[in-house]
Amino acid sequence: MFWERLLRLDRRWIFLFVAVSVLLPLLFNLECHQVPTPIVRGIFDKLESLPPGSHVLLSFDYGPSTVPEISPMAHAVIRHCLERDLKVVFMALWATGQNLLTSTVDSVVKLEFPHKVNGTDYANFGYKAGNQGVINVIATDFYKMFTTDISGMPARTMPLMEDVENMSDMSLIISFGGGFPGIKEWVQFAGDVAHVPVAGGCTAVSAPLLYPYYPQQLIGLMGGIKGAAEYEAMLTHTYPKFDPLPKRGMLAMGPQTVAHLVIMFFIVVGNLAYFLSRSHKAKA
Amino acid sequence: MFANIDLTFWVGAFLTVAIFSFLYKDNPVYKLAEHLFVGISAAYWMSVGIWTTLVPNLLCRLCPGWVNSLAGSDCLCPPASHVSGYERWIYLVPLVLGILLLMRLSPKGGWIGRWSLAFIVGITAGLNLLRYMQSDFMAQVQATMITLLPGWQGFGHFFGNLSLSLDSPLVATFSAWVVFFGTFCGLVYFFFSKEHKGWFGGASRFGIWVLMVTFGAGFGYTVMARISLLVGRFRYLFGDLIDMMNS
Repeated sequence: MFWERLLRLDRRWIFLFVAVSVLLPLLFNLECHQVPTPIVRGIFDKLESLPPGSHVLLSFDYGPSTVPEISPMAHAVIRHCLERDLKVVFMALWATGQNLLTSTVDSVVKLEFPHKVNGTDYANFGYKAGNQGVINVIATDFYKMFTTDISGMPARTMPLMEDVENMSDMSLIISFGGGFPGIKEWVQFAGDVAHVPVAGGCTAVSAPLLYPYYPQQLIGLMGGIKGAAEYEAMLTHTYPKFDPLPKRGMLAMGPQTVAHLVIMFFIVVGNLAYFLSRSHKAKA
Repeated sequence: MFANIDLTFWVGAFLTVAIFSFLYKDNPVYKLAEHLFVGISAAYWMSVGIWTTLVPNLLCRLCPGWVNSLAGSDCLCPPASHVSGYERWIYLVPLVLGILLLMRLSPKGGWIGRWSLAFIVGITAGLNLLRYMQSDFMAQVQATMITLLPGWQGFGHFFGNLSLSLDSPLVATFSAWVVFFGTFCGLVYFFFSKEHKGWFGGASRFGIWVLMVTFGAGFGYTVMARISLLVGRFRYLFGDLIDMMNS
């Protein structure tokens, strides 16, 4: 009888439990120790191995709906690149990515690295329409697609772009996204064509679809907030100066852990209730 | 405590709570938020399409002077983005194709838009065909042809480094066998030209288990994604309270 009543439990109770299990760890700052996995460490180690002055292309291929997952990893990677004096080329294949990219440049690059010069240490080329066609063009000629940055500064005259003609001149490409166009298109049209190492930071939903590309076609992948938390853990461990900065990825792992335990509990109880009520009916 | 709170925060907070109210039950406040979302999204995409695609990629190539005179400065079409000579007139082709595509809105002239659609389908198929063949077929097949004893340096090295750490020979070897058997048995499950009996049936059943594990991992990742979004919304709603509790 009890199990049958449990099967008819109003699902709003489950929503309430999940909400509480997310809110309480947030309020009490429950942190979980992060052990970096090889798939995330691959990106970190690659950035560590690049000599200062190497070009890294960061593509913002996401929208506001996935900001809580993607932004922490984008912020961590940008901090890492600029701390290592790498030259960062920003662009976006998603129209919504341009606004997010500009606000990220304002809040991370300009605020935390005020000595870095636009056009010399980094450049924001913004969004270009054309999906994988954009990658296809810049694989052979970057300036055919990007004549200026978003402020109208000519790309060819930038000190940052002195040695850059096409995609092959990039030492690493990192796409933040997971939808279309995104990491998969960067692998297909840039990594496999120009033989440039490609890495990605994606939403958790799209991570299983991208795992098959690792390690041959993707040197690393940050899957969801867990990937972001692992990257933040490695960054703060290697560069303690970043420790006081907000670590949104690591802070989100406490609520993640508790919420997962709650959902697993409901899955176990739900199955138990189903099988026990079925056997009860069979006996009756 | 609630410093830096402005009107946009309250609008965002109201709309977040309005959308969450659907979890209790469908209601007019949720409907309002839903309709606002659809309407604003459509308007946003239209405006983004005009300012990030039509203006810089077409109008600035065809008639930059006219666009700049309308804008009152050369911020929309900076001189570096100008094209000259015959290259400029090539942009008449996408203009005509774009106008033809708009003919789909006309009840009688809808068929004219097929020319533009044919161009889009042709270009996309041409671009994708080779890349999918190379990156999603050849390279993926190649990725499963791996050595089953990665980094093998003899039994002494294997048993001397016996541990469950991610870079140990045991875990690397186990992973290689899982990839090999998982791929093989997964393919067997989808091979319908032979009855699934005997060893073939066993491999097929193992293939189902591999698929189930994959779906389970996918579900786990989906839960993680949704919880991340919930964390993001809670941080938005209770950010100041969370910061105060954690300080």
